[in-house]
Amino acid sequence: MEVVQIQRNLVDYTKSLFMEGFLDGQFLQLQQLQDESNPDFVAEVVSLFFDDSQKLLNELTIALDQPIVDFKKVDAHVHQLKGSSSSIGAQKVKNACIAFRNFCEVQNIEGCLTCLQQVKLEYYLAKNKFETLFRLEQQIVASGGSIPMIEMGF
Amino acid sequence: MSLLHVFGFGLKVGHLLWMLCCWIASMISMNWFINGEFKNPKAGVLGDSAGKMWFKCWDEILNFSFKIHHQYYQYIGSKKVCKSWWRKLLFLWVIGWTLASVWIFYYMSSHATEKRKETLASMCEERARMLQDQFNVSMNHIQAMSILISTFHHGKTPSAIDQGTFARYTERTAFERPLTTGVAYAVRVLHSEREQFERQQGWTIKRMDTLEPSPIQEEYAPVIFAQDIVSHVVSLDMLSGKEDRENVLRARRSGKGVLTAPFRLLKTNRLGVILTFAVYKRDLPSNANPKERIEATDGYLGGVFDIESLVEKLLQQLSSKQTTLVNVFDTSNQSCPISMYGSNESNDGLEHVSHLNFGDPFRKHEMRCRFKQKPPWPWVAITTSIGILVIALLVGHIFHATVNRIAKVEDDCHKMMELTKQAEAADVAKSQFLATVSHEIRTPMNGVLGMLDMLMDTDLDVTQLDYVRTAQASGKALVALINEVLDQAKIESGKLELEEVQFDLRAILDDVLSLFSGKSQDKGVELAVYISDRVPKMLIGDPGRFRQIITNLMGNSIKFTERGHILVTVHLAEEVIDSIEVETESSSKNTLSGFPVADRHQSWKGFRTFSKEEPVHPFSDSINLIVSVEDTGLGIPLDARPRVFTPFMQVGPSIARTHGGTGIGLSISKCLVGLMNGEIGFVSIPMVGSTFTFTAVFASGNSSSKEYKSQQINSQSNTVSSEFHGMRALVLDPRPVRAKVSRYHIQRLGIHVEIVSDWKQGLSIINRGNNAVHMVLIEQEVWDRDLNSSGLFINKLEKIGHGTPPKVFVLCNSIKSSKGNTTTGACDLTIISKPLRASMLAASLQRAMGIGNKGNPRNGELPSLSLRNLLLGRKILIVDDNNVNLKVAAGALKKYGADVVSATRGIEAIELLTPPHKFDACFMDIQMPEMDGFEATKRIRDVERNINKHIQFGELSVDAYNNVSNWHVPILAMTADVIQATHEQCQRCGMDGYVSKPFEAEQLYREVSRFFQ
Repeated sequence: MEVVQIQRNLVDYTKSLFMEGFLDGQFLQLQQLQDESNPDFVAEVVSLFFDDSQKLLNELTIALDQPIVDFKKVDAHVHQLKGSSSSIGAQKVKNACIAFRNFCEVQNIEGCLTCLQQVKLEYYLAKNKFETLFRLEQQIVASGGSIPMIEMGF
Repeated sequence: MSLLHVFGFGLKVGHLLWMLCCWIASMISMNWFINGEFKNPKAGVLGDSAGKMWFKCWDEILNFSFKIHHQYYQYIGSKKVCKSWWRKLLFLWVIGWTLASVWIFYYMSSHATEKRKETLASMCEERARMLQDQFNVSMNHIQAMSILISTFHHGKTPSAIDQGTFARYTERTAFERPLTTGVAYAVRVLHSEREQFERQQGWTIKRMDTLEPSPIQEEYAPVIFAQDIVSHVVSLDMLSGKEDRENVLRARRSGKGVLTAPFRLLKTNRLGVILTFAVYKRDLPSNANPKERIEATDGYLGGVFDIESLVEKLLQQLSSKQTTLVNVFDTSNQSCPISMYGSNESNDGLEHVSHLNFGDPFRKHEMRCRFKQKPPWPWVAITTSIGILVIALLVGHIFHATVNRIAKVEDDCHKMMELTKQAEAADVAKSQFLATVSHEIRTPMNGVLGMLDMLMDTDLDVTQLDYVRTAQASGKALVALINEVLDQAKIESGKLELEEVQFDLRAILDDVLSLFSGKSQDKGVELAVYISDRVPKMLIGDPGRFRQIITNLMGNSIKFTERGHILVTVHLAEEVIDSIEVETESSSKNTLSGFPVADRHQSWKGFRTFSKEEPVHPFSDSINLIVSVEDTGLGIPLDARPRVFTPFMQVGPSIARTHGGTGIGLSISKCLVGLMNGEIGFVSIPMVGSTFTFTAVFASGNSSSKEYKSQQINSQSNTVSSEFHGMRALVLDPRPVRAKVSRYHIQRLGIHVEIVSDWKQGLSIINRGNNAVHMVLIEQEVWDRDLNSSGLFINKLEKIGHGTPPKVFVLCNSIKSSKGNTTTGACDLTIISKPLRASMLAASLQRAMGIGNKGNPRNGELPSLSLRNLLLGRKILIVDDNNVNLKVAAGALKKYGADVVSATRGIEAIELLTPPHKFDACFMDIQMPEMDGFEATKRIRDVERNINKHIQFGELSVDAYNNVSNWHVPILAMTADVIQATHEQCQRCGMDGYVSKPFEAEQLYREVSRFFQ
């Protein structure tokens, strides 16, 4: 495939992620932080996010499985998840986390379990999207092109 | 508070009335007692004791009322207690006063009855005594007559008295016996002497009833002498009449005058009594027994008393016959008294009985007196008691009404307070809602704007590009609006806090000016800023908010001004106060653009700061600025003026259509000005212009020893200005205000300025020679007005002998309208476009004069670039438990050139930040497990304090601590929720500020700039 075409695909794909609300402005900011001295910054952060989140999700699943649920612990985990998701701009995960925390506050186990499922779903979706994104980027890099930067307008 | 006032007022009124009432009541009763004592000494004792009792009672009442007062104040807080208490008091009050008035009524009426009784008694007694006296007089006379008879009839032989003598004597002495109708003398004749007696007298003894010769009796008592009136009784035997016989026998036995029971007199048929005295032969000792008396009896003298006429006469003598009824009774027989005088009309009213003593112990008489009229109604008592009752009830009613009123007011107040609470809650909810919604809108808007941005990078045709631009502009406007709404909400919920940082006012105004310069040039409106020299260079306050206010006001002005000028002036408040009286004559012509303006002095007329009594300086180092924004625009219509500062209120709906905007800006400005301890006001003349003025209090920045980044920024312009230092400039401008503005800006560069108003003056100054003029700045107006003379001027300048001729600049409003470049193409002429700003001016001058053409680094500077300057090479610790966040933050800071160390736990941070260390700053997440950011910061501060103390006391060597004697690493909180984390909270824990997470370049810059230079 031609590099330009892939670049175009990447831009379109990124746009679609914004359109669908998977990503927000924070991701753009994140991209801006990436430069020659730190060429894989975004990828590093995102993979860190997925590793961390996977651990958190496992812990959450265990925590909510306990006969007596420690909501404080659950809340702390969700807070973590929310913080990191907002840092990379994974908007949908973040929103799911916000809903999750509301249920934590009122100590609603049913709600929490539903939310956990929701968060997991969003997490896997986001993971998918990011992987696609990075694959495209890698393709561009492999073909010797540069990753088009998306300028922030605000 | 107001409730308490109302309550107190009610109480006072009630108390006053109570006192008044009691006073009246006591006055009445006192008077009454005094009168009673005065009139009636007898009743005095009673009155006295009653008076004492009353005083006691009065004392008690006073005490009671005092207690009421006392308790009232104690209970004032508890409404229910008060209410029931008042009810009881009212009830007692009414009952008490009803009883009191009834008692008063009884007391007064009984008093009146008593008095009446006494009057009657005294009258009756008086009459009885008189009657008795007169009777006694008559009786004495009859007794005297009996002695006369005994002396002259029996004591002499022959007798000295015959019937004729007796009759004459008695007739002539009848005045002595006004009560007797007649007197007669009967002699005692024993049967043995009868014949002789009858012969002697020449008539036979006759019986009284039949008038026939008397049958044989043991003895007889024939009348021998009689007064003419009763001469018919002569020869009648007195012993033959039942009454007379008894009388006669009793008289001779007792030796005293005796009375018959009343009977009808023979002739007059009136009631009468007969008084009989016995005549004895010799003087008897007073203790003689009846038998001796009977034997010594010679005869009997009788007098007829006409009781009826007697009493009649007596009563006629006395005046008050009409008011009293008098009855006289013979009560010898107790069971059936015989009426002697008076009618028998019964009257159940008062009666007084007086005993009469007519000298006959056997007979008892009495006089009964009654009032003819029934007793009158005791009107005084009735009116007094009713009056008191009415007063008491009225007072009670007032009490009642007051209490009710108070209760009602209290209820209303409660309701009001509840409503206020509700309203406040609603307001808070609204603000919260606004804040939330605005926040939520901002996020997707960022997406929209980002997308638009990206869209613009794609291949678009002209129309599409135009559409996208429009969409982006609208989006930006929307974000700006949302920010404003967020501000408003923040202000309303009191969450807006002002910063305290050092800033350069002049630089800020330059920034604002450049922001509006494009617009003003498009419109051909002249824009200018003038800051008084007395305003300090550095101020401490919130530059962002100050800028916001200025931007708001200028934005409005620009919006509504199509011609003329907009002038921003900044003075110290004292300066203006000093000139407030002097400058009143400032003519409307003497303005920046020559258009008339609204007098700005009018706009601060109502300011607190300028009312003389208030001290202008609450603190010694506070700077009270007064800023005016003057325009020559449309002005504000009269009816819209009151709502100028009301949020979302615009002059009219059409304004929103023509000029856009939400109408929230002025409201926010007002709030911000309020937060800066200032005031805002305006004056406006339709079609002439408006002038908005506000004051704001800042601290003077020069006193602070800390070095701030902002100073450094300015030092760049300082270096620029130093290049021009000592130069001389000539400003050619006939309009003083405009010239003043120009001079202000040129002087900022360190250039000495002289102002002249025309060509001639200008030339003469240049020609003076000794002081070289390096530049001449000519107003475009002057330049265009007379192109010939300006050309001449230029020529003359070039001919000036000494040194290089001065550079000539034309100050013009907008480049388009200037004709300068067309006419003087050959000439060495530079055009400086207004608005004048120090930096821009410096750049223009540099270009034209050819000195140090280094360019101005500040002009193109972006926050990220400055951030880079700030953070380059800094060693910064980031503490966050979230790896992703940590990485992102570290990436961001690294991008700005910082040397970043990451830590994931609070304890780690404490270890790393225990001096000595090389960190320049620390960014700390607040919410962390095990140890949160606040706690970690506190501990770090503790450690630092400890070490500082030891160093201070020389216990630790400074060398071991990198020669730093006072350790204090700047710690900034990182938080996702900016609204929640307040400045205060951070400061409490020893933090130096906070930044939002993820980082925003501008905020990061603002916070970091406070510590690094």
